[in-house]
Amino acid sequence: MRYSGFRVIREALTGHKGWGPAWRDATPQASYDYIIVGGGGHGLATAYYLAKEFKQARIAVVEKGWIGGGNVGRNTTIIRSNYLLDGNEPFYEFSLKLWEGLEQDFNYNAMVSQRGIINLFHTDAQRDAYTRRGNAMILHGADAELLNRDQVRAMYPFLNFDNARFPIKGALMQRRGGTVRHDAVAWGYARGASDRGVDIIQNCEVTGFRREGGRVTGIETSRGFIGAKKIGVAVAGSSSKVMAAADMRLPMESHVLQAFVSEGLKPVIDGVMTYGAGHFYVSQSDKGGLVFGGDIDGYNSYAQRGNMPVVEDVAEGGMSLMPMIGRARLLRSWGGIMDMSMDGSPIIDKTDIDGLYFNGGWCYGGFKATPASGWCFAHLLATGNPHPTATAYRFDRFRKGLMIDEKGQGAQPNLH
Amino acid sequence: MIINHPLLGPRDAQEFTYLGDAALIDRPDGLSYPTPDAAMDAMHDYLYQRSNPAGEHRELWYHEQGDRSWLVVTRNTVTHEITRVELARDVARMRGRSK
Ligand SMILES: Cc1cc2nc3c(=O)[nH]c(=O)nc-3n(C[C@H](O)[C@H](O)[C@H](O)COP(=O)(O)OP(=O)(O)OC[C@H]3O[C@@H](n4cnc5c(N)ncnc54)[C@H](O)[C@@H]3O)c2cc1C
Repeated sequence: MRYSGFRVIREALTGHKGWGPAWRDATPQASYDYIIVGGGGHGLATAYYLAKEFKQARIAVVEKGWIGGGNVGRNTTIIRSNYLLDGNEPFYEFSLKLWEGLEQDFNYNAMVSQRGIINLFHTDAQRDAYTRRGNAMILHGADAELLNRDQVRAMYPFLNFDNARFPIKGALMQRRGGTVRHDAVAWGYARGASDRGVDIIQNCEVTGFRREGGRVTGIETSRGFIGAKKIGVAVAGSSSKVMAAADMRLPMESHVLQAFVSEGLKPVIDGVMTYGAGHFYVSQSDKGGLVFGGDIDGYNSYAQRGNMPVVEDVAEGGMSLMPMIGRARLLRSWGGIMDMSMDGSPIIDKTDIDGLYFNGGWCYGGFKATPASGWCFAHLLATGNPHPTATAYRFDRFRKGLMIDEKGQGAQPNLH
Repeated sequence: MIINHPLLGPRDAQEFTYLGDAALIDRPDGLSYPTPDAAMDAMHDYLYQRSNPAGEHRELWYHEQGDRSWLVVTRNTVTHEITRVELARDVARMRGRSK
């Protein structure tokens, strides 16, 4: 069924009896050409583009819980392409362009809202770094503007501009950045894939890989064996766990990242804002809640919920940037497990095992990457070659000294 | 989280900073390998590869806001339960280091 304004009117007149489920909840067949492990944003997008752009068939997405229950449904929904390094910026700009056409492409309202993102700076050195970053973005065809203090003040007069330690001196602005309704991304891709014949198999945990002579032949799951010619793993925070079943160790640690939502407030923040002197970033949802977050908890965790000290740290960051936030009540907080890589950048690559492919290491920034990650992973699975914007995302970059370390922190995942 | 420091007793985890897997104690000696490639492989695995288990994990914590000792904490990464805390110095000596 195609969604349209006409359809909404027709359904309204006929008692909304014609809406069916958006996708098929499939039972596993004996074998597929492609199995994607993980029904998060990246897995579903991969299946969608495999079917739609690369004209492949006999595809399944295998998800241990329900689709969208992982990080794709837990993030703070920010999209942007404001990266510095050559390995990253073309990829994230490709992703932002795909976001811009996504809703028409998969015929689903994902509430893509290019409300603009500003990264505040508080020192001359930070301004210089953001100038350099803005220039790098522009050179790669993205948009960037440097705002001075008065321009920021005109947008957000309530910020703590004269903080003695961290005065706000301006911001790097990307107007095309913004937010997207995260659940709708999972549902839209699932629906688009399912309509093109992809089997979406939920409540099916992958527990192992069957191999014959150095080649994968299928997956062992909680619902039995399923054969496959090619397998693509996109399980985010569970990457190390799942790949251990193929005897692989990854350059990754799993860490928890928390997010927070306040009670509904009148419109006050119409874009996205990141604090340059503390761990705090914020936007406002269409329902009025302030959606904000900060840093990861800092030690390996698979707990999918965070601890109190980081709640305090994030609240302090918020108070120091916009003191009036102290009057708002916190409604909810939650956590998701991040696949923190050793240089803070992702991997989209084949493994040493024939037919087994891997996509992960997205850290806390993989939501914005969802469309390009799916497209590039589908490209790799279908053609055997990396997509031109993802050639740097290789396993062997650590061995070769070709790290993509935006923050310059070195192999210390809890600092990225 | 409370870390039961072997010398100081129970301390708030907030006083510590975190480094990661205690396997980082076992830094390979680059000169002890037969070929440069073998040394590079060992150094690559040491620096970049992690077991990253869901469950029991031995890891290095530094008591920065306290006595500045390094500890090896055995903690469950699913429940955060801490079952053992040792001085990293003792662990390293037991493994034949710092002689
Ligand atoms: C609090 C928070 C805030 C964030 N904010 C942002 C943001 O503002 N902007 C941004 O760009 N990114 C953000 N991120 C990061 C982003 O959400 C992730 O990088 C991205 O969603 C990861 O890809 P995914 O959607 O495929 O992951 P997931 O949705 O986690 O998908 C992985 C799936 O694999 C499944 N799985 C795991 N093991 C198995 C198995 N053995 N068998 C079968 N299935 C399995 C899981 O159940 C899960 O559904 C945030 C993350 C969090 C937690």
